[in-house]
Amino acid sequence: MTSPADWGLPLGAPAPGASFSDLLKSLGLSPRWEVPQSPVRDLGAPEATTVLASRYSEGVVIGGDRQATEGHLIAHRRMRKVFPSDRMSAVAVAGTAGLALEMVRLFCVELEHYEKIEGAMLSLEGKANFLSRLVRSQLPLAFQGLAVVPLFAGYDPTTEQGRVYTFDVVGGRYEEHNYGAAGSGAVQARAFLRTAWEAEMTEADAVEKMVAALVAAADVDVATGGPDLRRGILPNLAVIDADGVREVSEERLEEVARSSLGVIR
Amino acid sequence: MNPGFYVTPEQLVRDRAEFARKGIARGRSIVAMEYREGILMLAENPGGALHKISEVYDRIAFAGVGRYNEFETLRKAGIRQADVMGYLYSRDDVTALGLATAFSQTLGVIFSHETKPFEVELLICELGRNGQPNHMLQVSYDGTLVDERGVLAIGGKADILGGALRERFTEDLDLEAAIRLGMEVFAETESRPLDGWEAAVLEEGSARRCFRRLAYAELESLSAQQTP
Repeated sequence: MTSPADWGLPLGAPAPGASFSDLLKSLGLSPRWEVPQSPVRDLGAPEATTVLASRYSEGVVIGGDRQATEGHLIAHRRMRKVFPSDRMSAVAVAGTAGLALEMVRLFCVELEHYEKIEGAMLSLEGKANFLSRLVRSQLPLAFQGLAVVPLFAGYDPTTEQGRVYTFDVVGGRYEEHNYGAAGSGAVQARAFLRTAWEAEMTEADAVEKMVAALVAAADVDVATGGPDLRRGILPNLAVIDADGVREVSEERLEEVARSSLGVIR
Repeated sequence: MNPGFYVTPEQLVRDRAEFARKGIARGRSIVAMEYREGILMLAENPGGALHKISEVYDRIAFAGVGRYNEFETLRKAGIRQADVMGYLYSRDDVTALGLATAFSQTLGVIFSHETKPFEVELLICELGRNGQPNHMLQVSYDGTLVDERGVLAIGGKADILGGALRERFTEDLDLEAAIRLGMEVFAETESRPLDGWEAAVLEEGSARRCFRRLAYAELESLSAQQTP
């Protein structure tokens, strides 16, 4: 019997399996991460700065500031770095903004594609492993100075807890026991969470501490954009628990940001 | 020299159509109907493990009757096409009509060129955006494409089911009433006890993906109330 691939018809996409990126590759449409070897030069591509995620008693909170920088200039003030990747997980990105956003888009379609083809969601571990593969495929670009570092968080229904994964530039994947951060303000954000983090935090506590960590990062790192109440720019925060992903509302964030900023001396 | 047997094109098409229709008639049917908040798809499905109804894209669902392996191949191909289109262009550029046309072309070519036609009938539903009308499309084994409003049935008993449903269908049913109506019509059409249901809806909610499977238990309890 002839396979669908032999029909040469609109539906005869020659790709077996449930992977969307393999499908794109077989169609010659996959994003080209490879770049020709050339002397390193500064492209001046915008960079996304600080993202962080933290576990709490019932799940996990993931968030990020809104600023993208281009050298010492601000490129975008309202960039979104936190994206729900499916019903049970979310991804946040730091590094070269254009490449990072494309990576997130591909990652989200991949998860949904797998779920529709196979009729079941990938395990949280499976999603993290796939993301690590995407980061690794960027390695040649990282050598050119165009690195992308994501942060992945989700609720694992099998262990009934939130989980946080951090990545390094070569695609290394590390599960964090309590919290993780990436980007230029990551050191400050982690330093803040080191003293503030508690295993039995409630969701409200976790949201407050995440915003406070971002404020602390923005206070020291110039590339990180803290809450800007005058312009109405607030961080993006998503909470993931047994009921799935939901974004923290602007009103709530404004209230929390106001009290966090008030503490700054 | 042996000239071989000559078969007229009319005869060839008739034979193939008859073969496909027989195959489809052996399986169970599926109905789809619009209700107040969206579109309901209801199938009799004793096992429940093998789905006949599934999600294709944000606002598009697929259902197939006939040979499982054949409509499963088409379902996956449809998901691939939709995801590639949505990734390359925009999520808004994936439409039921585009997909149904691709299915129709594929089935049409298989019908006339392959050794045997596919014994399947497909149903593609799309929930209208911002008050636009919904789409319900039927694709037959030979690639025939039909666009319907309100009610659509596919499968061996599609004509009887569709007719009975159309008689009693009213607009603005709520979901439970729509399920009840569907179950009633199935019970009347099939003169045998029905075992097991599968149902899914396309319904506007807060999420981007509008497809939702109805829980098996929920359907069973509705079905138990049905048969006294």
